[in-house]
Amino acid sequence: MNSTVNEQMEVVYHKPQTLTDTPMHYCPGCGHGVVHRVLMEVIDEMGIAERTVGVAPVGCSVFAYHYMNVDMQEAAHGRASAVATGVRRVLPDKFVFSYQGDGDLAAIGTGETIHTINRGENILMVFVNNGIYGMTGGQMAPTSLCGMVTSTSPYGRDAAQVGHPLKITEMIAQLPGAYFVARHSVHTPSAVRKLKKAFKASFEAQKEKKGTCFIEVVSNCPSGWKMTPNESNAWMEQHMFPHFPPGDIKVPASMK
Amino acid sequence: MISGTIVVASEICKGCELCIASCPQQSLGLSSSINHKGYRFAQLVQDNCTGCTNCALVCPDSAITVYREKKTAKRAPQMVIASHAA
Ligand SMILES: Cc1ncc(C[n+]2csc(CCOP(=O)(O)OP(=O)(O)O)c2C)c(N)n1
Ligand code: SF4
Ligand code: SF4
Ligand code: SF4
Ligand SMILES: [Mg+2]
Repeated sequence: MNSTVNEQMEVVYHKPQTLTDTPMHYCPGCGHGVVHRVLMEVIDEMGIAERTVGVAPVGCSVFAYHYMNVDMQEAAHGRASAVATGVRRVLPDKFVFSYQGDGDLAAIGTGETIHTINRGENILMVFVNNGIYGMTGGQMAPTSLCGMVTSTSPYGRDAAQVGHPLKITEMIAQLPGAYFVARHSVHTPSAVRKLKKAFKASFEAQKEKKGTCFIEVVSNCPSGWKMTPNESNAWMEQHMFPHFPPGDIKVPASMK
Repeated sequence: MISGTIVVASEICKGCELCIASCPQQSLGLSSSINHKGYRFAQLVQDNCTGCTNCALVCPDSAITVYREKKTAKRAPQMVIASHAA
Protein backbone atom coordinates (compact mmCIF):
# COMPACT_ATOMS: atom_id res chain seq x y z
CA MET A 1 0.00 0.00 0.00
CA ASN A 2 1.27 3.44 -0.92
CA SER A 3 0.30 4.66 2.51
CA THR A 4 3.55 6.33 3.44
CA VAL A 5 3.68 10.08 3.57
CA ASN A 6 6.86 11.43 1.99
CA GLU A 7 8.30 14.89 1.39
CA GLN A 8 6.74 15.01 -2.09
CA MET A 9 3.36 15.12 -0.39
CA GLU A 10 1.44 17.93 1.21
CA VAL A 11 -1.53 17.93 3.56
CA VAL A 12 -4.70 18.74 1.62
CA TYR A 13 -7.18 18.04 4.40
CA HIS A 14 -6.90 17.95 8.17
CA LYS A 15 -9.25 18.35 11.09
CA PRO A 16 -9.96 22.00 11.96
CA GLN A 17 -7.95 23.47 14.84
CA THR A 18 -11.06 24.74 16.60
CA LEU A 19 -12.38 21.20 16.97
CA THR A 20 -10.78 19.82 20.15
CA ASP A 21 -8.94 16.49 20.26
CA THR A 22 -11.50 15.11 22.74
CA PRO A 23 -12.90 11.86 21.29
CA MET A 24 -16.58 12.36 20.50
CA HIS A 25 -19.15 10.33 22.42
CA TYR A 26 -21.45 9.98 19.40
CA CYS A 27 -22.41 6.57 18.03
CA PRO A 28 -20.41 5.39 14.99
CA GLY A 29 -21.57 7.19 11.85
CA CYS A 30 -23.70 9.83 13.60
CA GLY A 31 -24.09 13.04 11.59
CA HIS A 32 -23.59 15.30 14.64
CA GLY A 33 -19.82 14.85 14.36
CA VAL A 34 -19.75 16.04 10.76
CA VAL A 35 -21.94 19.08 11.53
CA HIS A 36 -19.63 20.00 14.43
CA ARG A 37 -16.58 19.73 12.20
CA VAL A 38 -18.02 21.79 9.33
CA LEU A 39 -19.05 24.54 11.76
CA MET A 40 -15.58 24.67 13.31
CA GLU A 41 -13.95 24.62 9.87
CA VAL A 42 -15.86 27.75 8.88
CA ILE A 43 -14.96 29.47 12.16
CA ASP A 44 -11.29 28.56 11.56
CA GLU A 45 -11.31 29.83 8.00
CA MET A 46 -12.98 33.10 8.99
CA GLY A 47 -10.55 33.48 11.90
CA ILE A 48 -13.38 34.23 14.35
CA ALA A 49 -12.83 31.56 17.04
CA GLU A 50 -11.95 34.20 19.65
CA ARG A 51 -15.07 36.20 18.82
CA THR A 52 -17.63 33.37 18.65
CA VAL A 53 -20.03 32.12 21.32
CA GLY A 54 -21.99 28.89 20.83
CA VAL A 55 -25.00 27.63 22.75
CA ALA A 56 -25.34 23.87 23.26
CA PRO A 57 -28.69 22.08 23.64
CA VAL A 58 -30.09 19.14 25.55
CA GLY A 59 -29.99 16.07 23.34
CA CYS A 60 -27.14 13.94 22.06
CA SER A 61 -25.16 17.09 21.26
CA VAL A 62 -25.36 18.25 24.90
CA PHE A 63 -21.56 17.91 25.14
CA ALA A 64 -20.91 20.05 22.04
CA TYR A 65 -18.90 22.34 24.33
CA HIS A 66 -16.31 19.58 24.83
CA TYR A 67 -15.64 19.49 21.10
CA MET A 68 -15.96 23.10 19.99
CA ASN A 69 -13.07 25.23 21.16
CA VAL A 70 -14.99 28.50 21.28
CA ASP A 71 -16.80 30.08 24.23
CA MET A 72 -19.87 27.93 24.86
CA GLN A 73 -22.94 28.14 27.07
CA GLU A 74 -25.25 25.23 27.85
CA ALA A 75 -29.00 25.96 27.72
CA ALA A 76 -31.99 24.25 29.31
CA HIS A 77 -33.90 21.87 27.02
CA GLY A 78 -35.30 23.80 24.03
CA ARG A 79 -34.04 27.19 25.18
CA ALA A 80 -30.82 27.50 23.16
CA SER A 81 -32.11 30.28 20.89
CA ALA A 82 -33.37 32.29 23.89
CA VAL A 83 -29.96 31.99 25.55
CA ALA A 84 -28.26 32.89 22.27
CA THR A 85 -30.52 35.96 22.09
CA GLY A 86 -29.24 37.11 25.47
CA VAL A 87 -25.60 36.48 24.54
CA ARG A 88 -25.85 38.36 21.27
CA ARG A 89 -27.70 41.32 22.82
CA VAL A 90 -25.19 41.70 25.63
CA LEU A 91 -22.20 41.09 23.35
CA PRO A 92 -23.37 42.48 20.00
CA ASP A 93 -19.93 42.19 18.39
CA LYS A 94 -19.68 38.43 18.90
CA PHE A 95 -20.65 35.81 16.37
CA VAL A 96 -23.33 33.71 18.05
CA PHE A 97 -24.76 30.34 17.09
CA SER A 98 -27.17 27.92 18.71
CA TYR A 99 -27.01 24.19 17.99
CA GLN A 100 -30.09 22.02 18.57
CA GLY A 101 -31.72 18.72 17.71
CA ASP A 102 -35.30 18.30 16.49
CA GLY A 103 -36.68 17.23 19.88
CA ASP A 104 -35.03 20.27 21.42
CA LEU A 105 -35.85 22.88 18.75
CA ALA A 106 -39.18 21.66 17.36
CA ALA A 107 -40.85 20.15 20.44
CA ILE A 108 -40.10 21.62 23.86
CA GLY A 109 -38.39 24.66 22.29
CA THR A 110 -40.95 25.53 19.59
CA GLY A 111 -42.00 28.74 21.33
CA GLU A 112 -38.43 30.01 21.77
CA THR A 113 -37.61 29.05 18.18
CA ILE A 114 -40.50 30.97 16.67
CA HIS A 115 -40.10 34.08 18.79
CA THR A 116 -36.32 34.27 18.40
CA ILE A 117 -36.74 34.26 14.63
CA ASN A 118 -39.73 36.56 14.74
CA ARG A 119 -37.54 39.10 16.54
CA GLY A 120 -34.92 38.62 13.85
CA GLU A 121 -32.14 38.00 16.37
CA ASN A 122 -28.74 38.22 14.71
CA ILE A 123 -27.69 34.65 15.34
CA LEU A 124 -27.13 31.46 13.38
CA MET A 125 -29.47 28.66 14.43
CA VAL A 126 -28.19 25.19 13.54
CA PHE A 127 -30.97 22.59 13.57
CA VAL A 128 -29.97 18.93 13.31
CA ASN A 129 -33.08 17.00 12.33
CA ASN A 130 -32.75 13.24 12.65
CA GLY A 131 -36.48 12.66 13.10
CA ILE A 132 -36.13 11.18 16.56
CA TYR A 133 -35.11 11.80 20.18
CA GLY A 134 -31.70 10.16 19.87
CA MET A 135 -30.39 10.82 23.36
CA THR A 136 -33.23 9.39 25.38
CA GLY A 137 -33.67 6.14 23.48
CA GLY A 138 -35.27 6.80 20.12
CA GLN A 139 -38.70 8.20 21.00
CA MET A 140 -40.96 9.78 18.38
CA ALA A 141 -40.21 13.44 17.68
CA PRO A 142 -42.48 16.06 16.06
CA THR A 143 -40.35 15.44 12.96
CA SER A 144 -40.65 11.62 12.88
CA LEU A 145 -42.08 10.49 9.55
CA CYS A 146 -45.58 9.05 9.11
CA GLY A 147 -45.38 5.33 9.68
CA MET A 148 -41.95 5.63 11.30
CA VAL A 149 -41.42 3.06 14.02
CA THR A 150 -39.86 4.50 17.17
CA SER A 151 -39.84 3.33 20.79
CA THR A 152 -43.00 5.39 21.44
CA SER A 153 -44.68 4.66 18.08
CA PRO A 154 -44.17 0.89 17.84
CA TYR A 155 -46.85 0.62 15.14
CA GLY A 156 -45.49 3.59 13.24
CA ARG A 157 -46.37 7.29 13.54
CA ASP A 158 -50.08 7.74 13.04
CA ALA A 159 -50.79 11.27 11.76
CA ALA A 160 -54.50 10.96 12.65
CA GLN A 161 -53.50 10.62 16.29
CA VAL A 162 -50.34 12.69 16.70
CA GLY A 163 -50.25 14.98 13.68
CA HIS A 164 -47.92 15.23 10.72
CA PRO A 165 -44.14 15.53 10.80
CA LEU A 166 -43.54 19.20 11.50
CA LYS A 167 -41.90 21.27 8.79
CA ILE A 168 -40.76 23.90 11.20
CA THR A 169 -38.12 25.19 8.79
CA GLU A 170 -40.70 26.06 6.11
CA MET A 171 -42.88 27.60 8.86
CA ILE A 172 -40.26 29.93 10.29
CA ALA A 173 -39.14 30.97 6.79
CA GLN A 174 -42.42 32.92 6.63
CA LEU A 175 -41.34 35.20 9.46
CA PRO A 176 -39.91 38.59 8.46
CA GLY A 177 -37.08 38.14 10.98
CA ALA A 178 -35.77 35.10 9.09
CA TYR A 179 -33.01 36.34 6.77
CA PHE A 180 -31.52 33.16 5.33
CA VAL A 181 -33.15 29.73 5.65
CA ALA A 182 -31.85 26.54 4.05
CA ARG A 183 -31.90 22.77 4.48
CA HIS A 184 -28.77 20.69 4.02
CA SER A 185 -27.33 17.27 4.85
CA VAL A 186 -23.91 15.77 5.55
CA HIS A 187 -24.19 12.33 4.00
CA THR A 188 -21.99 12.92 0.92
CA PRO A 189 -18.85 14.96 0.26
CA SER A 190 -20.75 17.41 -1.96
CA ALA A 191 -23.47 17.87 0.68
CA VAL A 192 -20.77 18.65 3.24
CA ARG A 193 -19.27 21.29 0.93
CA LYS A 194 -22.69 22.92 0.43
CA LEU A 195 -23.35 23.03 4.17
CA LYS A 196 -20.03 24.73 4.68
CA LYS A 197 -20.96 27.49 2.24
CA ALA A 198 -24.28 28.01 4.03
CA PHE A 199 -22.59 28.33 7.44
CA LYS A 200 -20.11 30.80 6.01
CA ALA A 201 -22.85 32.91 4.42
CA SER A 202 -24.70 32.88 7.75
CA PHE A 203 -21.75 34.22 9.73
CA GLU A 204 -21.14 36.86 7.05
CA ALA A 205 -24.77 37.97 7.41
CA GLN A 206 -24.29 38.30 11.17
CA LYS A 207 -21.68 40.99 10.59
CA GLU A 208 -24.31 43.03 8.77
CA LYS A 209 -26.96 42.40 11.46
CA LYS A 210 -29.45 41.18 8.88
CA GLY A 211 -31.59 38.91 11.04
CA THR A 212 -31.73 35.23 11.88
CA CYS A 213 -30.00 32.63 9.73
CA PHE A 214 -31.50 29.19 10.15
CA ILE A 215 -29.81 26.09 8.74
CA GLU A 216 -31.50 22.72 9.09
CA VAL A 217 -29.32 19.66 8.59
CA VAL A 218 -31.34 16.54 7.82
CA SER A 219 -29.29 13.89 9.56
CA ASN A 220 -29.26 10.28 10.69
CA CYS A 221 -29.51 8.41 13.96
CA PRO A 222 -28.16 4.95 13.22
CA SER A 223 -28.79 3.79 16.81
CA GLY A 224 -32.33 5.16 17.11
CA TRP A 225 -33.23 4.03 13.61
CA LYS A 226 -31.59 0.64 14.28
CA MET A 227 -29.51 0.65 11.11
CA THR A 228 -25.87 0.64 10.11
CA PRO A 229 -24.54 4.13 9.31
CA ASN A 230 -24.55 3.48 5.54
CA GLU A 231 -28.06 2.01 5.71
CA SER A 232 -29.22 5.05 7.68
CA ASN A 233 -27.92 7.44 5.01
CA ALA A 234 -29.68 5.47 2.26
CA TRP A 235 -32.89 5.45 4.33
CA MET A 236 -32.57 9.18 4.92
CA GLU A 237 -32.30 9.88 1.20
CA GLN A 238 -35.21 7.61 0.41
CA HIS A 239 -37.60 8.56 3.21
CA MET A 240 -36.53 11.80 4.89
CA PHE A 241 -35.67 13.81 1.76
CA PRO A 242 -39.14 13.59 0.14
CA HIS A 243 -40.64 15.24 3.24
CA PHE A 244 -37.62 17.39 4.17
CA PRO A 245 -36.08 18.22 0.77
CA PRO A 246 -32.59 19.76 0.90
CA GLY A 247 -32.20 23.15 -0.73
CA ASP A 248 -32.57 26.87 -0.14
CA ILE A 249 -35.87 27.92 1.40
CA LYS A 250 -35.39 31.67 1.82
CA VAL A 251 -32.42 33.42 0.28
CA PRO A 252 -32.04 37.21 0.42
CA ALA A 253 -31.27 38.98 -2.85
CA SER A 254 -27.83 39.97 -1.53
CA MET A 255 -26.83 36.29 -1.28
CA LYS A 256 -28.02 35.20 -4.71
CA MET B 1 -3.35 9.91 -12.07
CA ILE B 2 -2.70 12.19 -9.09
CA SER B 3 -1.31 10.21 -6.23
CA GLY B 4 -2.32 10.73 -2.66
CA THR B 5 -2.60 8.96 0.60
CA ILE B 6 -4.45 9.20 3.88
CA VAL B 7 -3.59 8.68 7.52
CA VAL B 8 -6.36 7.35 9.77
CA ALA B 9 -6.25 8.08 13.49
CA SER B 10 -6.94 4.42 14.22
CA GLU B 11 -7.68 4.96 17.92
CA ILE B 12 -10.27 7.66 17.07
CA CYS B 13 -11.97 5.74 14.23
CA LYS B 14 -15.22 3.98 15.11
CA GLY B 15 -15.37 1.76 12.04
CA CYS B 16 -18.60 3.34 10.78
CA GLU B 17 -17.63 2.62 7.14
CA LEU B 18 -18.97 5.93 5.81
CA CYS B 19 -15.53 6.75 4.39
CA ILE B 20 -15.39 3.37 2.68
CA ALA B 21 -18.68 4.01 0.86
CA SER B 22 -17.62 7.52 -0.17
CA CYS B 23 -14.28 6.57 -1.73
CA PRO B 24 -14.51 6.73 -5.54
CA GLN B 25 -11.39 4.54 -5.82
CA GLN B 26 -12.52 1.75 -3.49
CA SER B 27 -9.23 2.35 -1.71
CA LEU B 28 -10.56 1.76 1.79
CA GLY B 29 -11.54 -1.20 3.93
CA LEU B 30 -11.69 -2.17 7.58
CA SER B 31 -8.74 -3.59 9.49
CA SER B 32 -8.83 -7.17 10.73
CA SER B 33 -7.53 -6.09 14.14
CA ILE B 34 -9.47 -3.89 16.56
CA ASN B 35 -8.53 -0.65 18.32
CA HIS B 36 -8.80 0.00 22.06
CA LYS B 37 -12.45 1.00 21.72
CA GLY B 38 -13.13 -2.39 20.15
CA TYR B 39 -13.72 -1.16 16.63
CA ARG B 40 -12.17 -2.34 13.39
CA PHE B 41 -10.76 0.80 11.83
CA ALA B 42 -10.55 2.17 8.31
CA GLN B 43 -7.35 1.64 6.34
CA LEU B 44 -6.10 1.73 2.77
CA VAL B 45 -6.50 -1.65 1.08
CA GLN B 46 -5.39 -0.57 -2.40
CA ASP B 47 -2.53 1.51 -3.71
CA ASN B 48 -4.72 3.91 -5.69
CA CYS B 49 -5.69 6.81 -3.42
CA THR B 50 -5.84 10.12 -5.30
CA GLY B 51 -6.10 12.34 -2.22
CA CYS B 52 -9.56 13.53 -3.26
CA THR B 53 -10.60 14.16 0.41
CA ASN B 54 -14.04 12.54 0.05
CA CYS B 55 -13.42 10.14 2.92
CA ALA B 56 -12.29 12.90 5.27
CA LEU B 57 -15.29 15.09 4.45
CA VAL B 58 -17.82 12.47 5.55
CA CYS B 59 -15.92 11.14 8.59
CA PRO B 60 -17.95 12.02 11.71
CA ASP B 61 -14.93 11.61 13.96
CA SER B 62 -12.51 13.70 11.89
CA ALA B 63 -10.14 10.74 11.94
CA ILE B 64 -8.70 11.20 8.45
CA THR B 65 -5.86 13.43 7.26
CA VAL B 66 -5.39 13.55 3.49
CA TYR B 67 -2.13 14.06 1.60
CA ARG B 68 -1.54 14.66 -2.08
CA GLU B 69 1.58 14.72 -4.21
CA LYS B 70 2.66 18.34 -4.61
CA LYS B 71 1.78 19.66 -8.05
CA THR B 72 5.36 20.70 -8.70
CA ALA B 73 6.90 17.53 -7.27
CA LYS B 74 7.66 15.87 -10.59
CA ARG B 75 9.37 18.97 -11.96
CA ALA B 76 11.18 19.75 -8.75
CA PRO B 77 14.71 18.54 -9.70
CA GLN B 78 14.81 20.77 -12.80
CA MET B 79 13.70 23.76 -10.81
CA VAL B 80 16.46 23.15 -8.27
CA ILE B 81 19.10 23.10 -11.06
CA ALA B 82 17.69 26.31 -12.51
CA SER B 83 17.87 28.09 -9.17
CA HIS B 84 21.51 27.01 -8.68
CA ALA B 85 22.43 28.34 -12.11
CA ALA B 86 20.85 31.70 -11.44
C1 LIG C 1 -37.13 19.51 30.61
C2 LIG C 1 -36.67 18.22 30.01
N1 LIG C 1 -37.57 17.41 29.46
C3 LIG C 1 -37.17 16.24 28.89
C4 LIG C 1 -35.85 15.90 28.90
C5 LIG C 1 -35.42 14.58 28.29
N2 LIG C 1 -34.74 14.75 27.01
C6 LIG C 1 -33.41 14.80 26.94
S1 LIG C 1 -32.86 14.93 25.36
C7 LIG C 1 -34.45 14.90 24.76
C8 LIG C 1 -34.74 14.95 23.30
C9 LIG C 1 -33.53 14.98 22.44
O1 LIG C 1 -33.84 14.86 21.09
P1 LIG C 1 -33.24 15.80 19.99
O2 LIG C 1 -33.33 17.21 20.41
O3 LIG C 1 -33.88 15.43 18.70
O4 LIG C 1 -31.68 15.46 19.99
P2 LIG C 1 -30.90 14.19 19.42
O5 LIG C 1 -30.49 13.43 20.62
O6 LIG C 1 -31.82 13.43 18.51
O7 LIG C 1 -29.75 14.79 18.69
C10 LIG C 1 -35.37 14.78 25.80
C11 LIG C 1 -36.81 14.70 25.60
C12 LIG C 1 -34.93 16.78 29.50
N3 LIG C 1 -33.62 16.52 29.54
N4 LIG C 1 -35.36 17.93 30.06
S1 SF4 D 1 -28.32 8.14 19.56
FE1 SF4 D 1 -28.53 8.81 17.44
S2 SF4 D 1 -28.23 11.05 17.46
FE2 SF4 D 1 -27.45 10.23 19.40
S3 SF4 D 1 -25.24 9.89 19.07
FE3 SF4 D 1 -26.29 7.95 18.64
S4 SF4 D 1 -26.69 8.01 16.44
FE4 SF4 D 1 -26.23 10.12 17.07
S1 SF4 E 1 -8.70 10.59 -0.34
FE1 SF4 E 1 -10.23 9.97 -1.90
S2 SF4 E 1 -9.24 8.29 -3.00
FE2 SF4 E 1 -8.06 8.57 -1.10
S3 SF4 E 1 -8.98 7.11 0.35
FE3 SF4 E 1 -10.02 9.09 0.63
S4 SF4 E 1 -11.82 8.97 -0.68
FE4 SF4 E 1 -10.43 7.35 -1.35
S1 SF4 F 1 -15.59 7.53 8.44
FE1 SF4 F 1 -14.09 7.97 10.06
S2 SF4 F 1 -14.85 6.88 11.88
FE2 SF4 F 1 -15.94 6.06 10.10
S3 SF4 F 1 -14.73 4.26 9.48
FE3 SF4 F 1 -13.99 5.98 8.26
S4 SF4 F 1 -12.27 6.83 9.45
FE4 SF4 F 1 -13.42 5.51 10.82
MG1 LIG G 1 -33.19 14.28 17.17
